[in-house]
Amino acid sequence: MVLKAFFPTCCAAADSGLLVGRWVPEQSSAVVLAVVHFPFIPVQVKALLAQVHQASQVGVAVLGTWCHRRQEAEESLDHFLEGLGAIFFHEPWLQLCRERGSKFWSCKATRRQGPGRPGAPCEDQVMLVFYDQRKVLLSQLHPPAALPDRPAGDAAAGAGGLAAVFDTVARSEVLFRSDRFDEGPVRLSHWQSEGVEASILAELAKRASGPVCLLLSSLLSLVSAASTCRLLRLWPLPFLWSKLSTCGQLRHRLEQLALVFSTQKAENPTQLMRKANVLISVLLDVALGLALLSWLHRKDRIGQLAEALVPVADRVAEELQHLLQWLMGAPAGLKMNRALDQVLGRFFLYHLHLWISYIHLMSPFIERILWHVGLSACLGLTVALSILSDIIALLTFHIYCFYVYGARLYCLKICGLSSLWRLFRGKKWNVLRQRVDSCSYDLDQLRLLVVAVQGLIHVLVDLINSLPLYSLGLRLCRPYRLAAGVKFRVLEHEAGRPLRLLMQINPLPYGRVVHAYRLPSCGCHPTHSWGSLCRKLFFGELIYPWRQRGDKQD
Amino acid sequence: MEDEQSFSDICGGRLSLQRRYYSPTCREFCISCPRLSLRSLTAVTCTVWLAAYGLFTLFENSMILSAAIFITLLGLLGYLHFVKIDQESLLIIDSLGIQMTSSYASGKESTTFFEMGQVKDVVINEAIYMQKVIYYLCILLKDPVEPHRISQVVPVFQSAKPRLDCLIEVYRSCQEVLAHQKATPASA
Repeated sequence: MVLKAFFPTCCAAADSGLLVGRWVPEQSSAVVLAVVHFPFIPVQVKALLAQVHQASQVGVAVLGTWCHRRQEAEESLDHFLEGLGAIFFHEPWLQLCRERGSKFWSCKATRRQGPGRPGAPCEDQVMLVFYDQRKVLLSQLHPPAALPDRPAGDAAAGAGGLAAVFDTVARSEVLFRSDRFDEGPVRLSHWQSEGVEASILAELAKRASGPVCLLLSSLLSLVSAASTCRLLRLWPLPFLWSKLSTCGQLRHRLEQLALVFSTQKAENPTQLMRKANVLISVLLDVALGLALLSWLHRKDRIGQLAEALVPVADRVAEELQHLLQWLMGAPAGLKMNRALDQVLGRFFLYHLHLWISYIHLMSPFIERILWHVGLSACLGLTVALSILSDIIALLTFHIYCFYVYGARLYCLKICGLSSLWRLFRGKKWNVLRQRVDSCSYDLDQLRLLVVAVQGLIHVLVDLINSLPLYSLGLRLCRPYRLAAGVKFRVLEHEAGRPLRLLMQINPLPYGRVVHAYRLPSCGCHPTHSWGSLCRKLFFGELIYPWRQRGDKQD
Repeated sequence: MEDEQSFSDICGGRLSLQRRYYSPTCREFCISCPRLSLRSLTAVTCTVWLAAYGLFTLFENSMILSAAIFITLLGLLGYLHFVKIDQESLLIIDSLGIQMTSSYASGKESTTFFEMGQVKDVVINEAIYMQKVIYYLCILLKDPVEPHRISQVVPVFQSAKPRLDCLIEVYRSCQEVLAHQKATPASA
């Protein structure tokens, strides 16, 4: 097999020295991590490597020599480098050489013991692969979806040679901690040797995050303790809390904030990403909510809204009254006997009358209520949208009552008709079939509109809740952090010289980013899809708009 | 070593195959598809604008015309960036893997790399495509844990769709590299 030498691009201009890295025998690849420069004491180099091995569990060793010739024909350097092979024994011994100013390298890999010919040294063919050490260190490889019949833990172990390269570089961070300004015994060249990278803001944030997290998590635990107190458990309050989507959304947000501000450190990169996504999503939500709040409270929009509410309610009530009058009459209508038609019609009209009186009674207080409810937008745009959805549900409750009565009657009719259809099937045309009620469709249209609006609001809330914004932002601004794989480019090649390749990181596509880091939604959205909704409407099954996923079915 | 040959695709359009032999263990094949033709572009634009003008005379709303221009521009940009593939290449490196790259007309490149441990073989398959029987080159992938099962079949040169003569050239070169790789298995 061709020997692959992974060489960091930052060391291509370094002075001559020893190559330090890890040898992966299964892939026949040598991952070079750093270059040790002259002068050095071999004992100290071995001590440093043992230290790194203990700290990072990566089998770092001296792999070979690196020669960067400044002048022509430095023979003495060659002899010296060959002598080093005796002090630091490694099989195979790699010798990379580069002339100053030349693009072409020469590589040799010698083995003391060739296969089948003990005692005679043999040479392997070498292929050079350059890689950007900083990007590979910070990158996280996302393998394609693991097979369903294998536990996910095996994926990293069984993955190919490239995952081993990424793993080696990521775990050897200890080796990169010293730079050239340090007074250590050994002088190394790697991506941080010009100066260790650090950011003042990141350090300050790390120091401050401890006490801030402690404070906020204690506050949040107080709030959740208060919400579970005995007073709020008196029936019918728990029933109400479970049905309103606002409470569900608030509970979901509380859980998310508790996760973000918990004092436990994230165990693996996935958890860290989730925390970051939740934090950014909450911040965006609050920012949008504050923008909505400032827009609402400007130019007395709340007053205008409150003034417009009562005439709209009056108009809807008027239209409903017309509809009911039409339903009570002939030829279209409720199509039961005349007396029953009148009773049902009058019953619905009384409902309507009650509702209109209630709205007129509430009209002086509506502006106050709306003003205070509008303040809740500072908790987040999703909370404001949930409140809007709940208000729509409460205001159209009477329409829901009409729908329930109509749907139950329609369901009874359909059951009767279907049994008759079974009886007369195949015999002759059934005149009864022409008696299909048309009134249910009108009520259903209104119900459908309300359900559609509620569904749209819930979809919007769900989108804001579950979109992983931090991951998408990372993919946009630092694409090398989320890697789907690698890509290779063949560099200039001369016959007789070893092949040189440049390894670059292939970023993860946006669809896979969303799929991998999507946040779990709170389940505060209707349990039906549009198809099942239409089916239920047609057959007269009742639609319960407040049923959550996981509730027991009727 | 580089050489270029002209072939045709399954519909009769002209393709050009560029072969680069970097070393006995590393080869690259690039197939360039025919470019976007000015004739078809003009035809589509004229159709869309005539339809928009017809709607404009019906509804007397000038927004329709601006919308038509906007749609044409966006459609063209979207087509060049997401649909029109200019060049497809296959890079096979012994003991590293196989890499497939598609370059779009807007300059975007999309790359997929398969490691050699995952590659079982490169074969030419036959398929029924609409009313034709066509040949296509594909890479058979295996799972390193279960080397006898084929886990995935990845077709190569999907948008260029070259004919059998072109595929045979690529197939022969790939088999030479794969044979070399199988002859020198990984040392312990």
